[in-house]
Amino acid sequence: MKKILPLLLSLSLLMLGACSLQPPEWAKPSQDTNLEDIKIGLSVSTLNNPFFVSMKDGVEAEAKANGMDVVVVDAQNDAAKQINDVEDLIQQGVDVLLINPTDSAAISTAVQSANSLGIPVVTLDRSAEKGEVATLVSSDNEKGGEMAAKYLVDQLGEGAKIAELEGVPGASATRERGKGFHNIADEKLDVVAMQTANFDRTEGLNTMENLLQGNPDIKAVFAHNDEMALGAIQAIQSSGKDVLVVGFDGNEDAINSIYDGKLSATVAQQPEEIGALAVQAGVDVLKGNEVNETIPVPLKLVTKDTE
Amino acid sequence: MSKMKTNHVGDVMQKLGPLLGLMVLVITVSILNPSFLEPLNLLNLLRQVAINALIAYGMTFVILTGGIDLSVGSILALSSALMAGMMVSGIDPILAILIGSLLGALMGMVNGLLITKGKMAPFIATLATMTMFRGLTLVYTDGNPITGLGESYAFQLFGRGYFLGIPVPAITMLLSFGVLWVILHKTPFGRKTYAIGGNEKAALISGIKVSRIKVMIYSLAGLLSALAGAILTSRLNSAQPTAGISYELDAIAAVVLGGTSLSGGRGLIIGTLIGALIIGTLNNGLNLLGVSSFFQMVVKGVVIIIAVLIDRKKAA
Repeated sequence: MKKILPLLLSLSLLMLGACSLQPPEWAKPSQDTNLEDIKIGLSVSTLNNPFFVSMKDGVEAEAKANGMDVVVVDAQNDAAKQINDVEDLIQQGVDVLLINPTDSAAISTAVQSANSLGIPVVTLDRSAEKGEVATLVSSDNEKGGEMAAKYLVDQLGEGAKIAELEGVPGASATRERGKGFHNIADEKLDVVAMQTANFDRTEGLNTMENLLQGNPDIKAVFAHNDEMALGAIQAIQSSGKDVLVVGFDGNEDAINSIYDGKLSATVAQQPEEIGALAVQAGVDVLKGNEVNETIPVPLKLVTKDTE
Repeated sequence: MSKMKTNHVGDVMQKLGPLLGLMVLVITVSILNPSFLEPLNLLNLLRQVAINALIAYGMTFVILTGGIDLSVGSILALSSALMAGMMVSGIDPILAILIGSLLGALMGMVNGLLITKGKMAPFIATLATMTMFRGLTLVYTDGNPITGLGESYAFQLFGRGYFLGIPVPAITMLLSFGVLWVILHKTPFGRKTYAIGGNEKAALISGIKVSRIKVMIYSLAGLLSALAGAILTSRLNSAQPTAGISYELDAIAAVVLGGTSLSGGRGLIIGTLIGALIIGTLNNGLNLLGVSSFFQMVVKGVVIIIAVLIDRKKAA
């Protein structure tokens, strides 16, 4: 027993010594950053949503204008797939990573593995909780929520009964848009119902039907994105009621719907702009220039009277 | 007796077919993009495959009995959430993983009991529990990811670390394979699994406790899903309420690509490991080749169809 104990101890120490959170030295790819020939890796949360497609287009257009290559991978809203995607991008020898995280917490390990290989990371639209991110390029969602609430107060007066269609629970866009909206709505409006419809048009339709059933006297609905707003419009039309709908994002369908007089307003983001600014930020980081911790991209309220 | 012989030839084909497919795939991808063969990529690939492989091992046992388990992704999510919840409340991460895995086995046992005692079709029973466990995950997490799991080194190693330069999840995958291979091919339990899939009535008449074996098999599938959930929790440093959605399909695909018959009784667990590697290589390789994610899904579907068609030809 006396002999076995030190043996076991040294063995377990040896085992512990064999463990590491870093990839082994022999497996690390060699890094050489050539500013003449920059390769950008873009990991998008999903390409099943026009907003992120526009964001991707913005990245590609800006990169093309500067003669840079872009490799795009699509996580299809799966946090685990996104980690694999980022690893695959690193494998392809990208010089800078642009990541649009599906989830701020889950992306952290991917950011850390990029950090450990010295590849700079720029996040788009959502942040990363851990790891070193050079900068976050995103719309000011909280301010956008406030803009939506102000618009409803202007249209309906104070104390109007409002419903809120929330996005994916826990997503940063849901939290920030909701927070901004409630900053104003809690004092000046009467929010009688809040339900999630997961940023999805079909769910927006079904949830809105239920909301109208339960609260027949609501005057307006604020949806955390246009997809849910457009679904809600279908439900409102078939109920024959007159309810104002305000969306968020400003995608093409929503703008058309505003001109058709169905959607009242949308808080428009500028996804192409987010993409373009992210590329510029990435190049700045590679060149060693200072970049701000966050780069806000302005929003604008679009109504029938706009333009 | 001649039937036995053709079965033996079939066995060899069963083993070689998927391996051949994997080799063709690896060679094709490496020619198109040599960086596929870089050491870090191969290590990444092994780690990326581990989660699907673990789930698919359990699915192999289930499918060998002629059943199916659609709830594996939901079990993964629920046990991952429970583990994360325990860690946040201060329980040692390794203990949390152990308890979480046992809870996963318990969820699998529910499937087994519904199927044997409740006499429900596996498809229906696990479809119901898939929805139920996903719902419970959302209730428990309130729809939010669970974060703040602490800085335990051992826990971080479990999903993200390397041991002697090999990713820890890959080691878990290979060790589990060894254990399950022995169980399936060298124990009475394994023989009974094949017997039930071959002919359930005959197995019952010959004195095999079919219900008990089935409950154990579904529990095993739950256990392995929970273990995969632990790896995912460590990799994502959080529990995601939407984790594991559609993982059952990837697992079934791995089993089928590995040459296991969906009607039960015929198949090998080594095939499943190879099947999981094929799917992983496809995911990784198509990413490296810059194929759009929409086309990737088409390609994966086509590969599965081809594999099954070849399998049919062999069986005929």
